Amino acid sequence: MNTSTTQGNTHRYVLNMGPQHPSTHGVLRVILEMEGEYVVNPQPVLGYGHRMHEKMAESRSWAGFLPNTARMDYLAALVYNHGYVGVVERLAGIEPTPRAEYIRVITSELNRLQSHLLWLGVLVLDLGAFTPIMYTFEDREKILDILEDVTGSRLTYCYMRVGGVVNDIDDKFVERTRAYIEWQRSRMPMYEKLVTGNIIFRKRIEELGEFTPDLSRRYGVTGPVLRASGVPYDIRRAEPYSAYPEFDFEIPVEHGGDCMATYLVRVREIEQSLRILEQALDKLPEGPFRAKTPKKIKLPPGDASFAVESPRGELVYHMTADGSDIPYRLKIRVPSFSNLSIMPELCRGMLLSDVCACMGSLDLVIPEIDR
Amino acid sequence: MTESFFLPDLLRILFTFVCAIVIVFGNAVVMGYLERKLAGRFQRRPGPMEIGWQGVLQLAVDGVKLVGKQLVIPAQSDKVLYRIAPIVSFAPAALPLLVIPFSPKLQGRDFDVGLLFILAIVAINVLAILIAGWGSNNKYSLLGAMRSVAQNVAYEIPMLLTLLSVIMVTNTFSLQGIVEAQERIWFVFLMPVAFIVFFIATLAETNRAPFDLPEAESELTAGFMTEYSGMGFSLFFMAEYTYMFIACSLTVILFLGGWHGPPLPYADYTSAIWFFLKVYFLLIVMIWIRWTFPRVRFDQLMNFCWKYLVPFSLVHLLVTAVVVKL
Repeated sequence: MNTSTTQGNTHRYVLNMGPQHPSTHGVLRVILEMEGEYVVNPQPVLGYGHRMHEKMAESRSWAGFLPNTARMDYLAALVYNHGYVGVVERLAGIEPTPRAEYIRVITSELNRLQSHLLWLGVLVLDLGAFTPIMYTFEDREKILDILEDVTGSRLTYCYMRVGGVVNDIDDKFVERTRAYIEWQRSRMPMYEKLVTGNIIFRKRIEELGEFTPDLSRRYGVTGPVLRASGVPYDIRRAEPYSAYPEFDFEIPVEHGGDCMATYLVRVREIEQSLRILEQALDKLPEGPFRAKTPKKIKLPPGDASFAVESPRGELVYHMTADGSDIPYRLKIRVPSFSNLSIMPELCRGMLLSDVCACMGSLDLVIPEIDR
Repeated sequence: MTESFFLPDLLRILFTFVCAIVIVFGNAVVMGYLERKLAGRFQRRPGPMEIGWQGVLQLAVDGVKLVGKQLVIPAQSDKVLYRIAPIVSFAPAALPLLVIPFSPKLQGRDFDVGLLFILAIVAINVLAILIAGWGSNNKYSLLGAMRSVAQNVAYEIPMLLTLLSVIMVTNTFSLQGIVEAQERIWFVFLMPVAFIVFFIATLAETNRAPFDLPEAESELTAGFMTEYSGMGFSLFFMAEYTYMFIACSLTVILFLGGWHGPPLPYADYTSAIWFFLKVYFLLIVMIWIRWTFPRVRFDQLMNFCWKYLVPFSLVHLLVTAVVVKL
């Protein structure tokens, strides 16, 4: 790692941001080559939170890996659960029950909502306003309470199983979720006024960063960051899985290509998730919440991959099995890794404060990158 | 002659200085509590509740904690500069209180140039921040100090220009004189633009949000205070609140009629109540702004000053000059 200043440019210095820094959201280290307040060359350094999840998958039965999935992206554990059971089901040829698919969608969308709410608060916190995060946490708390009742945990869920889910949802869950949808809708105008309409907030992130389809294609950027550059790509539409084809919802797309666009995409996604939730609760089919599966599932030799839309983008599990119940190889493609890798190109020449705002807009979850 | 002059005057100076110190500490405690409680209210949470009724003793406990903390001096720092920076920031903080007219009689001394005296003393704080930033030998601290100097120098210009408009009307630099000139109408109604410009510049001068770039928490961890712990930190903290108090006092004196208000018995002394009410009203507005707005960017901060505040205040000065001449 070259941390010395570039020769011939004596005004340059190196600012080490992280691994402990309030704006890197976890143990990310960014080496910033600076000229005054301008960042000439930002280089992210990874590996401070590496736990070898992929290797762990090769050393235990496929069922034993399920809790690991929750510990990669701590904000979207249920989506990670969903992807993993999805790939095992596809490999083993198991069909989950319709009710299970609905429950998965409902809990995943709740998970997506709480992730977006946390992101909303944290982005504004990065820009220096302390209050909105308290409001979003109040909303988020309601989701966590609802999910805690049915899954038993608040952050690192291990709720989904091959063929279904662990616990059925009851009327109380449905009722509370409906009440929550009502509540969240009533809160959105407040965020509109407090955050979206805030002149300083707008001036800070409008025309900041340049997300283009070309840049996204080169680095494999997905999720709201890609949709902010005008590409309507969402796994829930592009490769529909689970019960998503049965719902009527939009994929929010913005053409601004700046940080404001990523902001707007995510805020609009909150409304779309609420729509999905509403429809799923209305159409929730009766029946078993878990398919009958053999006690010990042996994975047939072969490959399978399964993609889901995490709040941050495209999450893909690719599993290779050799006939035993231990996967031969599990490859996990996480969205934050690609989203982070555009940072050097995106943030070159920016002010230090803008780099923080940009990183907030990318919505990075570092344990997902360092898995 | 010497006796009658010397003794009462010395006593008076001692007394006012003790009062000033009491105000400095009292204000830090009140502001610390007010800020945390109000921040709590804005964020739909109760704020400190554990110690004392409604958490009123929280600040006392915090003080004990800060005094008891180890002062960690970074190995690579400039030891002398690092140590004197909090003192340079805090020591002059009580001085401006000596000339502030709390009521017609409650005033340490009414200088002819009281206003200039305050401005001169307050400017020392920039030096303290610069010393802290340089002495810490930390890039974040230095960036914070750098921002602070640029910001303070820039915002002093519109501040002084608006101040000049007031001086033109009152024809005096004496603070008591400025307050007395507002007996019939407060200057905030006479020149609202100047008031707004002055208050914004005040926010920037005291490093308060949305202009709190020198300590920009999410970018520079804590800016120039990054390396300070324990009493080093709390001296900066108290100095900040004292400068806020002074800045708001100045705003009240210049624009909100100082101690003028509905008549009270023993008005020579009790009208200080109006003064303090107005000052704390402004301080609460400052807190309110802090917990509502995001932070501006550095170039936006500078643009705002040079492109809007300075021209505005210049035009205002010109208009005032013409009106006064007429």
